[in-house]
Amino acid sequence: MGQRILRWVENFYLFFILLFLYIPMATLMVLSFNTSKARNQWGGFTLGWYLKMFDSRAISQALYNTLMIAFLSALIATVLGTLAAIGIDKMRRLPKNVYMGVSDIPMLNAEIVTGISLMLVFIAFGVSLGFHTVLISHITFNVPYVILSVAPKLKQTSQTTYEAAMDLGAPPIRAFFQVVLPDIMPGVLSGFLLAFTLSLDDFIITHFTKGAGVNTLSTLIYSEVRRGISPSMYALSTVIFVVVFVLLLASNFLPKKKEA
Amino acid sequence: MERSLIELSHISKSFDGTMVLDDLELSVRENSFVTLLGPSGCGKTTTLRIIGGFEKPDAGRVVFDGMDITGLPPNKRQVNTVFQKYALFSHMNVEENIAFGLKIKNKPKAYIADKIKYSLKLVNLDGFEKRGVASLSGGQQQRVAIARAIVNEPRVLLLDEPLGALDLKLRQDMQYELIRLKNELGITFIYVTHDQEEALTMSDTIVVMNQGYIQQMGSPEQIYNEPENAFVADFIGESNILDACMVRDELVKIFGVNFPCVDVGFAPNCPVDAVIRPEDIVLVEPENGQITGTCTHLIFKGVHYEMEVTGENGFEWLVHSTTFCPVGEKVGIRVDPFNIQIMNKPASVDEEAVGVEE
Amino acid sequence: MGKKLLAGPYLLWMVAFTVIPLALIVYYGFTGVGGGFTLANVAAIARPEHSKALVLSLALSMVSTVCCLVLAYPLAMVLRGRGIGKGSFIVFIFILPMWMNFLLRTMAWQTLLEKNGVINAFLGFFGLPKLQIMNTPAAIVLGMVYNFLPFMVLPIYNVLAKIDDDTINAAADLGANFFQTLLRVWFPLSLPGVISGITMVFVPSLTTFVISNLLGGSKILLIGNVIEQEFTKSGNWHMGSGLSMVLMVFIMASMLLLAKYDRGGEGTTF
Repeated sequence: MGQRILRWVENFYLFFILLFLYIPMATLMVLSFNTSKARNQWGGFTLGWYLKMFDSRAISQALYNTLMIAFLSALIATVLGTLAAIGIDKMRRLPKNVYMGVSDIPMLNAEIVTGISLMLVFIAFGVSLGFHTVLISHITFNVPYVILSVAPKLKQTSQTTYEAAMDLGAPPIRAFFQVVLPDIMPGVLSGFLLAFTLSLDDFIITHFTKGAGVNTLSTLIYSEVRRGISPSMYALSTVIFVVVFVLLLASNFLPKKKEA
Repeated sequence: MERSLIELSHISKSFDGTMVLDDLELSVRENSFVTLLGPSGCGKTTTLRIIGGFEKPDAGRVVFDGMDITGLPPNKRQVNTVFQKYALFSHMNVEENIAFGLKIKNKPKAYIADKIKYSLKLVNLDGFEKRGVASLSGGQQQRVAIARAIVNEPRVLLLDEPLGALDLKLRQDMQYELIRLKNELGITFIYVTHDQEEALTMSDTIVVMNQGYIQQMGSPEQIYNEPENAFVADFIGESNILDACMVRDELVKIFGVNFPCVDVGFAPNCPVDAVIRPEDIVLVEPENGQITGTCTHLIFKGVHYEMEVTGENGFEWLVHSTTFCPVGEKVGIRVDPFNIQIMNKPASVDEEAVGVEE
Repeated sequence: MGKKLLAGPYLLWMVAFTVIPLALIVYYGFTGVGGGFTLANVAAIARPEHSKALVLSLALSMVSTVCCLVLAYPLAMVLRGRGIGKGSFIVFIFILPMWMNFLLRTMAWQTLLEKNGVINAFLGFFGLPKLQIMNTPAAIVLGMVYNFLPFMVLPIYNVLAKIDDDTINAAADLGANFFQTLLRVWFPLSLPGVISGITMVFVPSLTTFVISNLLGGSKILLIGNVIEQEFTKSGNWHMGSGLSMVLMVFIMASMLLLAKYDRGGEGTTF
């Protein structure tokens, strides 16, 4: 009896939180079908914004930049971070703590400070702001997250498997690629995915390091806030969201080939 | 002394459609040391958790000292549990772990301090009050878990495979410690294990379980010497289980040879299982044997030789004997009548047990 | 031996893009527009318009952190109880919103909260009084809670999921009821998750300028807005850096405080 009431309260609470998290997204999706450009008026149903999605050069250029930066920064951060994690694993306590302490700064510090400080450094050293500075900045804040997801996997992989591979005659490099890397692969992949997601969603750091003329979706939206956002933007986000939702759903819930 | 403290009646429990306990009946006498013994998945831990209040039976009643406690939450029961992996509170030191239950009951400070001291002495951990639990060895954590449970003066202590994670030597030491503790405290212990040696060493009563059913319940001697079915015979110690046939009372035919035995009451020509423990087989000269065979395997085990004697029909007899017999030599086998245990062929209990699997 | 060298490339990267940039902030923060050493940029926090923004930021970020904690803890407990964490379902649910742009999601709240917005239409339908929180600090707090709630839920959930069921059973076995178990076992054991959740919500809330821009209108300035304007509008990098340093001091102070509480928690007698 009491158990059933508790269960009911729990379900209600879960529903409430999910509603809270997802209602803004539902709103955006609804707005993407709205004939009226105004955000607070329903002008009738249309698919027009989806058709006009790529008409605007600004939007397609921003989408390209966003995806390129997300992909490249995640890739480079994954390589840097994985190497660093392996190196750290072998360090003694003090150097390890110092290294990790510095590495964690972009993760713990205020994004606005990270963004400003990077902007200052680029300008001070005469690097013109643009695509490449945004890329460098994204790599900088992504690496700590990669280390964070790879390091625990390394700790689980015991030194002995690596030694066993060498004992069986594999040279160190080969032992690494054939034994250690497959072991830590889940951590590496989730690090990559996290980095990609964070880069995609970033606004603040991009805002300070992008320079004039280069836009990602975030900065484009921000510049449109005052004069009104084109509903094509809602349509585009809806498409991205649905695609990602389907992909994640498939990877999460389809029967896995390899049982962990 | 003799009245029963805990009565489980018609207890059934299933998880996700799999029947774990089916209509279980169990009664535990006050001040006894009862061991639930069986292979993993036999329902022994579930039975213990039902007594502790961590699982609710789907059907049936749990009666404690005459009171129905089936629906009572664990915090209101007069039993305490020593958990399998100890389940110590890692954010507290030894002293705080032990004091937990007493503080909940708002006992006075001086009383709690006394109890901590007393219980640590009892489990041989004097001076460990301020140690963090993470810094303790497995055996020490085990003792803290016991101390934490017994300071609450439970009427029954439930122990869920408490020695499972310890190494052999420590396990044997702890067996003696537990017997001593039980005697000093004078309370009822219900102990769950899959280790038959542990069960035989410590218990007054052993409950052998398999696939949700109680196979046999009795004193260690009864369980070992007079197993009621092939499962118990096989699970408790090693044994030769032989296809046999009763000729008449006190005579059984094994592999075509008539063996005198002591069992009566079976129908003539009734097919039965005969159980002979390996240490009860006497090796003699071939011409003096009831049955002959060839020694095919020999290992020195210290106390005795472990041998395999292959009979003429190809059956491999397991023999523990101090008589040396080289591999390849012919020997005779003799068994004293009282060392042959006759059992009914599995009819009811085991068939039910097998049925559960489907 | 040679493996340590693998940490080398990122070490160089950190020096170039973490250490030197921060050093530059310190340099700008302690120099005037003319170039000489000065404390004026740091002292500028005492100006009423700056200190007001800082105090408001601290207040709003504390409120939103408390709201997140109050919402997230029961949520994490419910999720743990359901065992939904097996597979990456939890992460799935809470990371998914990040794939729809953060600015768009936050702006959607404008549509929802406006005087003639969706929520008020809904409230009006049931004859309830209208909500007038758009362009108020309440809307900013809502935006913060909305954006940062996952960062509170995930670390708490991760810690709770690792607590062995039998540890909780042991507390009940020793006589503790639900609230005693919550207070003496659940909460102390989950403290590391709570601490990291608090940091992960408090810092971005304290330093945001976007949420206040989108939901607070142009009247409400947080310390993040002040700093952002120094760089993008006024062009006074020295002032902006000085104020950033003050902000970092507050961030570090909060982390030290939390770390101390965390360590103190390990040996606490309840």
